[in-house]
Amino acid sequence: MGEPMTITSNPAEDRAADSGILPFPMDRAAGCPFDPPPRLQAQQQEKPLVRVRLWDGSTPWLVTRHADQRALLGDPRVSADITRPGYPRSAPSNGRNNISFILMDDPEHARLRRMVTGSFAVKRVQAMRPAVQRIVDDQIDDMLAGPNPVDLVQAFALPVPSLVICELLGVPYDDHDFFQRNSSALVKQSLSVEERTAAHGALLGYLDDLMGEKLARPADDLLSSLATRVKDGELSREEAAQMGVLLLLAGHETTANMIALGTVALLEHPDQLALLRDADDPKVIAAAVEELLRYLNVTHSGRRRVALEDIEIAGEVIRAGEGIVLPNEIANRDPEVFTDPDHLDLERDARRHVAFGFGVHQCLGQPLARLELQVVYSTLYRRVPTLRLATEVEKLPYKHDGAVYGVYELPVAW
Amino acid sequence: MKVTADQNTCCGAGQCVLLAPEVFDQREEDGIVVLLDEKPPEHLRAAVREAADMCPAGAIAVHEDT
Repeated sequence: MGEPMTITSNPAEDRAADSGILPFPMDRAAGCPFDPPPRLQAQQQEKPLVRVRLWDGSTPWLVTRHADQRALLGDPRVSADITRPGYPRSAPSNGRNNISFILMDDPEHARLRRMVTGSFAVKRVQAMRPAVQRIVDDQIDDMLAGPNPVDLVQAFALPVPSLVICELLGVPYDDHDFFQRNSSALVKQSLSVEERTAAHGALLGYLDDLMGEKLARPADDLLSSLATRVKDGELSREEAAQMGVLLLLAGHETTANMIALGTVALLEHPDQLALLRDADDPKVIAAAVEELLRYLNVTHSGRRRVALEDIEIAGEVIRAGEGIVLPNEIANRDPEVFTDPDHLDLERDARRHVAFGFGVHQCLGQPLARLELQVVYSTLYRRVPTLRLATEVEKLPYKHDGAVYGVYELPVAW
Repeated sequence: MKVTADQNTCCGAGQCVLLAPEVFDQREEDGIVVLLDEKPPEHLRAAVREAADMCPAGAIAVHEDT
């Protein structure tokens, strides 16, 4: 084990490697903010299934290869139910931070998920393109009329997806300070369990109040459609509020990080930025978005599952009741699937990426995320051709402690 | 080629509609797959095969002509 000792500068990881069980999550290498941790990359080459040690001492399986991740995430013998023994939790929890159907199995999962999937159907979302374009144009107008330099996260990356999801759900955008602050706290794993529980409680209370308003005065929005189901007895008010929290959180936090981190990556790859800025073909723009999703992996804390039965895979047996951790950032760098995987190449076919997950829990908002990113990436750099970092890339505050990766702030000038 | 799409298994992620909108659609009320053409013409078959491969729920099956 001489060679791997030089992989990181983290003594805890190096000691753990010697004892045979690596800690998870692992650290990214300094100066490589877009790449998965070196230990993950080494593991993919050495042993695609291996045990790792989590914060609570549990030792679930780490799965690093694209094919194995797809097979397991698509396997009905694998559960996403966080309440099952052996489920590999990402952080301490008092058990109440249950954000709806993403942590449930079928048939409950399908029953709840199907109540909202229609609103995110591909053709329905594509009809929102003019509205999303207008939001993006307006935000760029406002940004250009304001101070220079500015924090792109606050001036653009957060407002755009927040405005879009607010319109779709029927959440008043005026409340954005409140829900952005609490959403951000909910996914910040360095906060205490009390702080994250308080953030979740605040969001849940807020959505429950909104649900009350929608019950009294239904409008043409997704929360009102849930309110109708509550009235018809198909859904409890608590389930409806939990779904509201999930959609509001997932609807802005992930996309905002893709916008900001994508901008950092593109500014660091000027040839790729030029390619995107000069593209007129929607297919070229769509392909670029898939590659940025593959390359950036803002959901980086490893999807979590627990085996319901013994499962043979990659020469190992995952026993019933054992936890499984599946980080998409390493599957999306699998050289078996993507040639020269650590290279950002907007012209490659990146569509087999698992940035949205795989299996029945695959992101239901992906058509909306794609639409927003296509509009943003094809508009921002064209409207602001002199956009540049107003700090050194090494000084950016990366979200190493976030369930969603990105940058906390992004000072830019033009 | 003959295509089947299982509405019970489908999770409404929409990958198939993105890849082959001439062959797949989604139900208005819950985003679940609707098969528009169970015998797609030659020029759509590569996209249909890709849709089957990309379907996260494994709801699409492709039976090649025998």
